[in-house]
Amino acid sequence: MSDVLFDLPGPKARTRYRVLAAFGVLVVAAIIAYVVYRFAASGQFTARKWEWLQYVQVQTDLANALLATLEAFATGAVLALVFGAVFAAGRLSERAWLRGVSTGVVELFRAIPLLILMFLFFYGGPVLGFPMPPFLAVVLGLTLYNGSVLAEVFRAGILALPSGQQEAAYALGMRKTQVMFFVLIPQAVRSMLPTIISQLVVLLKDTALGFLVIYPELLYYARYIGSQGLFGRPIVPSTIVVAAIYITLCLLLTALANFVERRQRRSGKRLELGRRAEDVALEAELT
Amino acid sequence: MDVLLGNLDLFGPFFLTTIELFLISAVASLVLGTFLAMLRVSPVPLFRAVGTVYVTLVRNTPLTLVFVFLVFAYPLLAIIQLGYFTAAVVSLTLYTSAFICEVVRSGINTVPTGQAEAARALGLSFSQVLGQIVLPQAVRSVVPPLMSMLIALLKNTTIAAGFSVAEAGAIRQYLSDRGENQLVGLLWVALGFVILVALLSLLQRTLEKRWSVAR
Repeated sequence: MSDVLFDLPGPKARTRYRVLAAFGVLVVAAIIAYVVYRFAASGQFTARKWEWLQYVQVQTDLANALLATLEAFATGAVLALVFGAVFAAGRLSERAWLRGVSTGVVELFRAIPLLILMFLFFYGGPVLGFPMPPFLAVVLGLTLYNGSVLAEVFRAGILALPSGQQEAAYALGMRKTQVMFFVLIPQAVRSMLPTIISQLVVLLKDTALGFLVIYPELLYYARYIGSQGLFGRPIVPSTIVVAAIYITLCLLLTALANFVERRQRRSGKRLELGRRAEDVALEAELT
Repeated sequence: MDVLLGNLDLFGPFFLTTIELFLISAVASLVLGTFLAMLRVSPVPLFRAVGTVYVTLVRNTPLTLVFVFLVFAYPLLAIIQLGYFTAAVVSLTLYTSAFICEVVRSGINTVPTGQAEAARALGLSFSQVLGQIVLPQAVRSVVPPLMSMLIALLKNTTIAAGFSVAEAGAIRQYLSDRGENQLVGLLWVALGFVILVALLSLLQRTLEKRWSVAR
């Protein structure tokens, strides 16, 4: 579509585009220059603001903070995948009460903000007499919220499978649970894999909410080191460094999603998704 | 029930602030997001590049980090000082608009090419083709994902509570100062969000029915 929005530029249009481009360059350059100037004027580029990165102790702590982020991410991802598979199967069950309960749970956890979920565990746990370490609160929140979204993704993937798969499995004498967990879910996971990985990117980004329940992850460390008078309070450099780490991690995951999608398309085993599955996929990729 | 009724002076104004934060950021990110989508399909390569870089960077940054930057780091640059509420609006808008941009762009791709070709045949310019023919149809076809984005925005407003904005996410802190039961308070806050999200979903379904284009 985007290539039919405008005609191939003729000589006049080319000049116009060049003028616009030049104007655009000026505007963008002006904005960047102003920001760089403000950075420089407020002393963010002085060596003093960046020397914290040279300390071995700081590097070790930064690596540990990164590990804490990855730990929450990995635990949350595995649990969310399991939660998603179980509740997707529940929503497709033949028993009405099981369907009802699963739908209720999935819709409920999709509607509550993730931060409120984490608060519920972190501050609510001690009220009930369960001491709640921040790590557990973060992981539980990530699992329930992203698991619910993944349940929708799995369900859409299962519904998009040709009904012959299910019928053939039943004809072989498999039980309902066997059909679901050995035939339908593996194929659904395969066809929705790019979407699932995109949801994992969301999960990775959401680990940063741990900052607000005092889980010592990357962002928390950035704030901590940024308030150290010893290093000249380098909050601007530290957020930039941490942002670069987050962006790199997310781009790596996104690259994996794109690789999987390309490989599926090449192998010709890719299932054509229905309109509904595509909507769910789009939504999950964007949230 | 006592926790809710005894502290209505907290729940009322704080949820109002949440709604205010949501409405302002929603309008701002719809405008900025559509503008970014226009940049991403424009005939000038540089504009396309700017749009792509912005969307890639922002989509892969956690929203909490955007908040940390705007609230703690940005004031040091001494550009324009922002209050906490404004900083929250700016963070939410910068973040959400990148996602709105992608939704609108995917909507532009669902409009049949014949529409743009016919418009061009009539001699309309790029901005006319986009603004009067393609975007009005594109927006209609992406109402469901667009509303989902806004629902996500509503839920994201709670992060502002961690950065000194007195909105629904911060009710817990005030309740604990008053010695109330935090768990019950948080459950009421969660219920409040469930209701708000249900209202938005209802609006989503109504708009979808009214505006959907048969293709």
